[in-house]
Amino acid sequence: MSVSHSAALVAVMSLVTILLRALPFLVFRKKTPDYIAYLGKVLPPAIIGMLVIYCLKDTKISSAPFGVPELISALLVVLLQAWKRNVLVSILAGTVCYMALIHFVF
Amino acid sequence: MKTVKAAFVKSLPVMAGYVILGIGFGILAWNGGYGLPWALAMSLLVYAGSMQYVGVGLLAGGASVLTVILTTIMVNARHLFYSISMFGHYKDAGRYKPYLIFGLTDETYSLLCDGKTPEGTDPHRFRFLVSLFNQSYWVLGSVLGSLAGSVLPFSAAGIEFSMTALFIASFTEQWIETKDHLPALTGLLGTLLCLLVFGPEGFLIPAMCLITLLLTLFRSTITAGRKVSE
Repeated sequence: MSVSHSAALVAVMSLVTILLRALPFLVFRKKTPDYIAYLGKVLPPAIIGMLVIYCLKDTKISSAPFGVPELISALLVVLLQAWKRNVLVSILAGTVCYMALIHFVF
Repeated sequence: MKTVKAAFVKSLPVMAGYVILGIGFGILAWNGGYGLPWALAMSLLVYAGSMQYVGVGLLAGGASVLTVILTTIMVNARHLFYSISMFGHYKDAGRYKPYLIFGLTDETYSLLCDGKTPEGTDPHRFRFLVSLFNQSYWVLGSVLGSLAGSVLPFSAAGIEFSMTALFIASFTEQWIETKDHLPALTGLLGTLLCLLVFGPEGFLIPAMCLITLLLTLFRSTITAGRKVSE
C-alpha cells in the first residue's frame, strides 16, 4: 500500500477516536444534565461488565477445550481479587494460569 | 512529587498489560510491513489498543477511508461512554483537559472511573499523570515489539488474557465496593444477551444501546435505592 494512503488512514483513525472521546465535552459544555450525571454514576460498573464479555467473546464453548481455560483463569482472578484486593496480583496470576493451561494442559 | 508517586503507583496495574500488549502490537505491525515509525505514530496518535490491532489489518489491506471511519466508530464507540462517565471529573481540569480526554482508554478509564484521588494531591494533575504513565507504557511496548520484530522467539500465546484479567479484577473490585449491583449486572447480562443474539462481530453497539436503555428505565429504582442506603 502507498505510504500516503496508509498515513491518511492512520490520521483518520486518530481523528475519529479523538472525536468520540471529545464529543460529550463538546456537546454539554459547562453544565452536566442530571440524566448525564446519573449515567456517569451507573455506567462504570455496567461498562466494565460489558468489557468482560467483550474480552471473552471469541471463547469457543461448543468445541474443545470448551472455554475451560478461560473459566478457570477467570475464577482465579475473581477469588484472588476478593481475597487480596490487589489488581496487579490478580492480573499476573490469572494470565500466568491461562498461559500455562493453554500451553501445557489443553 | 507526591502526586507523581501516587499516580505512578496507581498506574502500575496497567503497566504489565500495556507493555506486553504494546509489544504484541509492535510485532503485528512489523509483520504487516509497518515498521517502527508506523507503530510509534499509531501508539502516539491513535492510542486505542484494540483499534490499533484492527487498524494494522486495514492499513495492510489498503482499506477505504469510509471503511476506516466506520470501523473506528464501531470499535471505539464505547469511548463515548467513558467520556460521559468522566464528564464531571474532567470538565474543570483546565490545561490538563485536552490530554485527559485524548488519553481516556479502556484501562485508564478502569483506573480512574471510581473518581477517587489520593488525599493531598491535585486531582486533575493526578489523573493527567496516570493517563500519561499509561500511554508511555503503551508506546514503550510498541517500540520494543517493533524492534524485536520477527527475531523474537514468540511463544507468548495467551498473553492477551491479561486484558481480560484486568477487566474481571476491576469488575470484582467494583462489586465488592458497591451495594447496588443492578448496574453491574445490567452491563454483564445485557452484553451477554446481545452476544448471543448478534454474534461476536456485531454485538457491541446493540449492547451499548441496551445497557443505556435499561439503566434509563431503572433510574427511579436505582436512585431510590441509593437514597435509602445512604
